[in-house]
Amino acid sequence: MNLLDVQNLTVSFGNKAVVHGINFAVKAGERVALVGESGSGKTVTALSLLRLALNAQLSGSATFRGAQSIDLLQISEQQMRDIRGRDIAMIFQEPMTALNPLFTIGNQIAEVLEQKQAVSGIDIAYTAIKLIASTGIADPERCAKSYPHQLSGGQRQRAMIAMALACQPKLLLADEPTTALDVSLRLQILELLSDLQKQNGMAVLLITHDLNLVRKFADRIIVMEGGHIVEQGTVSDVFANPQHAYTRKLLDSKPVRDVLESSAVINQQDQNTTVTQQPSMQAKDLCVSYPAPLTGVKGWFKKGEFVAVKHANFELQPAQTLGVIGESGSGKTTLALAALGLQASKGHLQINGQFWGQGKAQDKGLRKVVQVVFQDPFSSLSPRMTISELVGEGLLVHAPEFNQVQSQTKVLQVLHEVGLSEAQFPNLLSRYPHEFSGGQRQRIAIARALIVEPQILVLDEPTSALDVTIQKQVLQLLQRLQRERGLSYLLITHDIDVIRAMAHQVLVMRNGEIVESGSLNQITQQPKNDYTALLVQ
Amino acid sequence: MSSLNNSPSSRAWQRFKRNRLGFYSFVVFCVLVFLSLFAEVLSNDKPLLVHYKQSYYFPILKDYPETFFGGDFETPTDYLDPLIQQKLSSDGNWAVFPINHYGAQTLNYFASTPNPSAPSGENWLGTDDKGRDLLAQLLYGFRVSVLFALALTIVGTVLGVITGAIQGFYGGKTDLAFQRFIEIWGAMPELYLLIIFSAVFSPSLALLLILLSLFGWMGLSDYVRAEFLRNRQMDYVRSARALGVSNWQIIKRHVLPNSMTPVVTFLPFRMSGAILALTSLDFLGLGVPPGTPSLGELLAQGKNNIDAWWISLSTFGVLVITLMLLTFMGDALRDALDPRKVEK
Repeated sequence: MNLLDVQNLTVSFGNKAVVHGINFAVKAGERVALVGESGSGKTVTALSLLRLALNAQLSGSATFRGAQSIDLLQISEQQMRDIRGRDIAMIFQEPMTALNPLFTIGNQIAEVLEQKQAVSGIDIAYTAIKLIASTGIADPERCAKSYPHQLSGGQRQRAMIAMALACQPKLLLADEPTTALDVSLRLQILELLSDLQKQNGMAVLLITHDLNLVRKFADRIIVMEGGHIVEQGTVSDVFANPQHAYTRKLLDSKPVRDVLESSAVINQQDQNTTVTQQPSMQAKDLCVSYPAPLTGVKGWFKKGEFVAVKHANFELQPAQTLGVIGESGSGKTTLALAALGLQASKGHLQINGQFWGQGKAQDKGLRKVVQVVFQDPFSSLSPRMTISELVGEGLLVHAPEFNQVQSQTKVLQVLHEVGLSEAQFPNLLSRYPHEFSGGQRQRIAIARALIVEPQILVLDEPTSALDVTIQKQVLQLLQRLQRERGLSYLLITHDIDVIRAMAHQVLVMRNGEIVESGSLNQITQQPKNDYTALLVQ
Repeated sequence: MSSLNNSPSSRAWQRFKRNRLGFYSFVVFCVLVFLSLFAEVLSNDKPLLVHYKQSYYFPILKDYPETFFGGDFETPTDYLDPLIQQKLSSDGNWAVFPINHYGAQTLNYFASTPNPSAPSGENWLGTDDKGRDLLAQLLYGFRVSVLFALALTIVGTVLGVITGAIQGFYGGKTDLAFQRFIEIWGAMPELYLLIIFSAVFSPSLALLLILLSLFGWMGLSDYVRAEFLRNRQMDYVRSARALGVSNWQIIKRHVLPNSMTPVVTFLPFRMSGAILALTSLDFLGLGVPPGTPSLGELLAQGKNNIDAWWISLSTFGVLVITLMLLTFMGDALRDALDPRKVEK
């Protein structure tokens, strides 16, 4: 007997259908993963089961067999409210926005208990604390009295889980529950979900794009593409023997290492070679700090300091990649900004024998040497400029002598190099960014940086906003550019797979400090630091 | 998807056009403004063209003394004088009059009923208590209001964008100082200042424009500041900085175009606000100099002559229609520029 039977579910917004008549079932106590790239309709599917998708027209049926058998798509709003939270609960991706910042965690859990169960008074507070404790938070009493902003990301997600489990639902919809969390926390949260699932015997529908999580967590997998279910089956079957081309593509999307290791070979032959060869970028004792308000009366008179990068030392060799890995708040993006000269730094930061801040003319010369590609291709291109203006902007600064024809030729040439051509996109130059997909935009962003012919490219999470299959393509592009142009990359990322595919040397950062550094092999195979070991596992 | 002319602004214009009410309001408003710009040709006490004794005259462009057309005085001709009218229509002479035979200040000395007189074939919307034709006054008054509001909106918008941009882009201490200044400046009693100034200086449209502009920029400046604060830390600004683009170029190419949404959205609402402001000041007698046709003055007349319903009713009608057209345009514009609206 299935707990949930979804038949021919179609979800459409206006005239546009985003989910096209899908069928799937979830058994009681089963762990099912719903996998797909962004826009595949997986989140909308989950939301429409609880009828939480705004302005969506639903058709088909979703039979839920709780106390009695009901069709979730047909029942009244009143009945639906009873179901939500009590029989089917949901946890969201971003716990900071899913929790109300004005109420304490305890109050928010109590609200659920009050609504759904006849627990009263002191019992509620007690139950809430017990629930929080069950999610493994060390000090549940304190947590119950805390506001969401006073908790860390992992604690918040645990609190969300506590809230969702308050009424012991039979089905838990978990929408990317770990995506917003740091890598080191993801496994913990997943283990927690796993434990609680076993204890309560509930079914979990895990929505994710991360196949590693699926492999670790789920019994069954449902693969969605463009609003259709293309494949479903047990995890072991699908992973071992994927039937559909799209599933194979997904499984095959792990980035592949394809970089020149030559310099590493030189290193092994002769340790002295590195001394004679001047590094592209060299930092000694590099510190970056931000002004931060002091609390109390002191703050009236002077500002405090928040040190985001503490005494960093590193070297970036020509035509190599220095990978910087760490969780959010570890100072890795600040390090990138300092390398770009966009953030004032103390200490010694040498780029091709030069320093930032020696005068306008010198800085301008350095800007030609160091360029950047940011994480989110949707915010790194001004939506009101054409591709020609965006890519050609660097020429206005660094090659003002170019006339219109010359710069157009150059723009087209660079775009061609990153894999965008007039043949694919008619009127490529006069298009606007919104006409391109995420991966194409990231290519445009790379072209924008390449046009000034830099030697060093700072890549700040260049692929983490992209879908896995696109991520692989963009990384391949970056690898090719490195081989062809001999570029040095300062690669900032939180994804160990990206590091494995790209990096020659690795820095591991935590709380502004470099906790470990070394060659890729050293870091991944013999991590000295516990934290590094956690990251690379 | 056609790629030419597919900039975000042209898409917004397409969306605006799709909002029927807003788009037609825009068209009607433009037609009204266009017509009012030619008020002299539509409503005037001088003929457009006179054929008198085998030669042509253009009284609308040039004053001719009355003696020219066989009158007695050396003063400019009063073409509404029955004597002159008779001269111009006899002996093969003829004259082409505008549709409405009255200018904004023309007194109807020959009215058959006492002033204010009710609508008639002579004065289509009646006259006010001084015997001036109401239709002509409304037409000229509408023009004054719209042009004044346009000027005030432009000045206020430019000031607002510049000040907002400076605060938002540079942030920090500049922002702090400017914000405090705005708080102090905004606390000044605007109406009180207007009363004082209209007592000290001779009232004129220019003075009014300056005074209202002094206070009109603050609201918009806050919005532009917020947009700039948001946009200056976007990745595209960072990447432009990393390219070595200068501050001025970053503002011009990246931040400003992306910060114009609230500015454009507020334009119609600012216009209607400005029209209302002028009308209210005129109503209170603090506005335009006496003798300027104005909607506010007409409203005051309507209040003083309650039984002359045509004064208040027609002025009220013109105001309501104008403000409504602007509001509809504003709504449509807001929808068109709302980034959350997905194109269907």
